Amino acid sequence: MVQPLATLTETPSQTAGPYVHIGCIPSFAGNPGIYPEDLGKRAIEDGARGEIITITGSVLDGTGWALRDAMLESWQADARGLFPGQPGADPMVNGFCRFATDGDSGEFTLHTVKPGAVPLRDGGMQAPHIALWITARGINTGLQTRIYFQDEDNSADPLLARIEQRPRLDTLIAQNAGVGQYRFDIRLQGADETVFLDI
Amino acid sequence: MTDPARDQGPLIPRNRAAHPPAYDVDYKTTVARSPRWPLLSLQSTPTEETGPTFGHALLGPLDNNLILNFTHGAAPAVGERIRVHGQVLDENARPVAGTLIEVWQANAGGRYRHIKDSYFAPLDPNFGGCGRTITDENGCYEFMTIRPGAYPWPNRANDWRPMHIHFSIFGTGFGQRLISQMYFQGDPLIDLCPIAATIKSRSQLDRLVAPLDMAASRPMDYLAYKFDIVLRGRRQTMFENQPEGM
Repeated sequence: MVQPLATLTETPSQTAGPYVHIGCIPSFAGNPGIYPEDLGKRAIEDGARGEIITITGSVLDGTGWALRDAMLESWQADARGLFPGQPGADPMVNGFCRFATDGDSGEFTLHTVKPGAVPLRDGGMQAPHIALWITARGINTGLQTRIYFQDEDNSADPLLARIEQRPRLDTLIAQNAGVGQYRFDIRLQGADETVFLDI
Repeated sequence: MTDPARDQGPLIPRNRAAHPPAYDVDYKTTVARSPRWPLLSLQSTPTEETGPTFGHALLGPLDNNLILNFTHGAAPAVGERIRVHGQVLDENARPVAGTLIEVWQANAGGRYRHIKDSYFAPLDPNFGGCGRTITDENGCYEFMTIRPGAYPWPNRANDWRPMHIHFSIFGTGFGQRLISQMYFQGDPLIDLCPIAATIKSRSQLDRLVAPLDMAASRPMDYLAYKFDIVLRGRRQTMFENQPEGM
């Protein structure tokens, strides 16, 4: 026998289920009024500095069918690469946003500011990106991924550099779809399965 | 509430064995919704080490009282009155103070107040089924609610969810984000539930089963259940600021 470690084990995840909206975005579940407004309703406030963008997409299952019951969360830096709470960060950038896939179309929309590059602790820069966390019925542990941008220089990003297969890297790149518009589809499995992260 | 020295360090890599696998054929919805590729494992970056923070100003006075919050105190929900309390710790056994906890659940009859729940158990006009609170300086939290009912769900021919409360917890970094479910001690449906059974370690599943806590109950008023939660921790070493290998 050896001495026991003092560390604990993380509480296991369980699926958020089909009714995640009740707890996280109750207005979407048809229950407005319990809170003044849903948490994470806006990634930015009026006056946020930088390029204002809209990202639209779907979360597709292994058959290509768009999930109608997913809830996503995003977390990002401001236009200068500072996260909310860090000194000098843009006070009009909340950084955090919650959005559901539409119950009819399966589409989600994220309206936000384009983030700046983010420095790593030991030097090096991460290309501009938005972290995503995806929950839904049938997803046992929330899925982490990232949105990068087609029109940014992603060549030196350390995370993207870890992806061996170039076609897989493309699953993390939002495609231009007009001025200030991007398309980012998430494929849970099948051909072009999105790269999900353990980070 | 954040302490930069404690709350912004690198995250301990997630022990994936503590969590359910993505694919579990007995929970049929996972079949088409589970990634087949292995996850891309990396050290955390500032993106995961930072996260949204929410202050107590967010909370209304009844946000942690699901018995009363749907009617803004006008009329109580139907059901067995319970208090749920516990402590949020990280893997280093340190309290996680000031973190937001959100809960949602079915009513006493097993019906969710959601546009897509069509189970014929009746809605309770006085119950919304959602609440939230923020942990105190010791990582402790509590809320009042009614015990949710079990309910059937379309999976195998006769699957029922055990009584449960959904929990969403933030922590101090976006990489600590966790959603889970609290079950109730003694519920025989836990052992029959394919969602509970996605957790392959019995000892890990047991950690989701809240014990009846008579000492925290109030005579002639409510029973209590205790539900402690552990989030990912952060590495703690005096060597952390040196380049790797030095």
